[in-house]
Amino acid sequence: MFAVQFRRDWLSLRRAKDEAINPLVFLFLAATLFAIAFGGEPRRLAGLAPAIIWVLVLLANLLSLEALFRRDFEDGTLEQLLLLAEPPFAAVLGKVAVQWCMSGVAMTVLAPVVALLLNLPLAVLPALMLGLLLGTPALSLIGAVGAALTVGLRGGGVLLALLLLPLYLPVLVFGVSATLDTMAGVGAAAQFYWLAAISAMALTLAPFATTAALRISVEQS
Amino acid sequence: MTLKEFWHRLGSPKWFYQMSGPWQRAFAILAVLLIVVGMAWGLAFAPPDYQQGNSFRIIYVHVPAAILAQSVYVALGAAGVLLLVWRMKMAQLVLENLVGFGAWMTALALFSGAVWGKPTWGTWWVFDGRTTSTLVLLFLYFGLYALRRAIPAREAAGRACALLAVVGVINIPVIKYSVEWWTTLHQGATFKLTEAPAMPASMWAPLLVNVLGAYCLFAANLIAKLRTAILRQEQGTAWVREWAGREARP
Repeated sequence: MFAVQFRRDWLSLRRAKDEAINPLVFLFLAATLFAIAFGGEPRRLAGLAPAIIWVLVLLANLLSLEALFRRDFEDGTLEQLLLLAEPPFAAVLGKVAVQWCMSGVAMTVLAPVVALLLNLPLAVLPALMLGLLLGTPALSLIGAVGAALTVGLRGGGVLLALLLLPLYLPVLVFGVSATLDTMAGVGAAAQFYWLAAISAMALTLAPFATTAALRISVEQS
Repeated sequence: MTLKEFWHRLGSPKWFYQMSGPWQRAFAILAVLLIVVGMAWGLAFAPPDYQQGNSFRIIYVHVPAAILAQSVYVALGAAGVLLLVWRMKMAQLVLENLVGFGAWMTALALFSGAVWGKPTWGTWWVFDGRTTSTLVLLFLYFGLYALRRAIPAREAAGRACALLAVVGVINIPVIKYSVEWWTTLHQGATFKLTEAPAMPASMWAPLLVNVLGAYCLFAANLIAKLRTAILRQEQGTAWVREWAGREARP
């Protein structure tokens, strides 16, 4: 079920590329804006770069989450999915996995370029990328709950941000502090463990909450 | 009446309405009594702090508000579980009517904390572990409020909020420890409250009275709101009409 759903979503994503690419373009654009705004002081920018990158990743992730269930909700696929005899846990996980590939993984791969724009020291790059790789699954999984709750609503975008950003806080805290501590030459193993732990917890709990939220959204429509 | 019976009856709005009038009065009287006594005791009779002088007295507002802010969110999570698992009618009403009170208490805790912070820490606001997690709590309340307003169907809105409240309750410890850890790493004990030796009884006794008073206020407020909401929800039923006729007659 997981594989089927993953393949299907992957295919539909490849046929509607803009949806996947636009959040990444947003990430670049916003990072460029920061770089230009700080134009005169690249040194100061370097110290702020981890915070800027992580906040932008959070926001870009929100943008890509908005579309996670929308199309399936509109054409009724979601309803069919929930009616299957098989519990929708695996299917939900498959959808989130595709979303993570296009947000978390893609952002991790692009992180070096963004880091370059923001003048982040190269030595810190592995820490930033590892943090992103470990932390973004939690963002996608927790985000899926919010996306499922707001899928049928008008003006869901702002609402999604309002619901999710407080819940994203721990990932932001540990992600930024992992990068900053590496920058300062202190070990950051604890933060990486924390990010992995949060992602693992989200992996076990969030799909259930997402399924419940999808049922609520489908029933009311 | 056994506890189990009581529990089942609590799920019925009609039964709750008919029984809760005296409860509301009792809690309201207790709340007024405790808060008046607690405030007078705390503000006028408790000794001033040896370091903070009289400014410490804001604790008698700040701590009850902060405790309530957290308790109400936990109550929302509990009501959320009740609604999602047992579809209890009363849980939906509790969810709908508790968010505002909780948000106000959180705002009051933040405000009184800022007012207290100015004379003691020298600044209105500090991103310290506790202040940050209280601020996040306020945002969680806003999220619940916004979600309920955004969903037109009432029952679906209740269940969506229930789910969000449960997810929030699971997340609160993680948020709390992450920000505390964050700030202890970077700011250390600079902004910790002056560590006076454990408070003497003459200081904490009025605080305890105030906290209890705040809980009674919470109960009285919730029951009053629930009673109004029940009447509105059940306005078409025979018992409400009969009640309305009886009220109008004298």
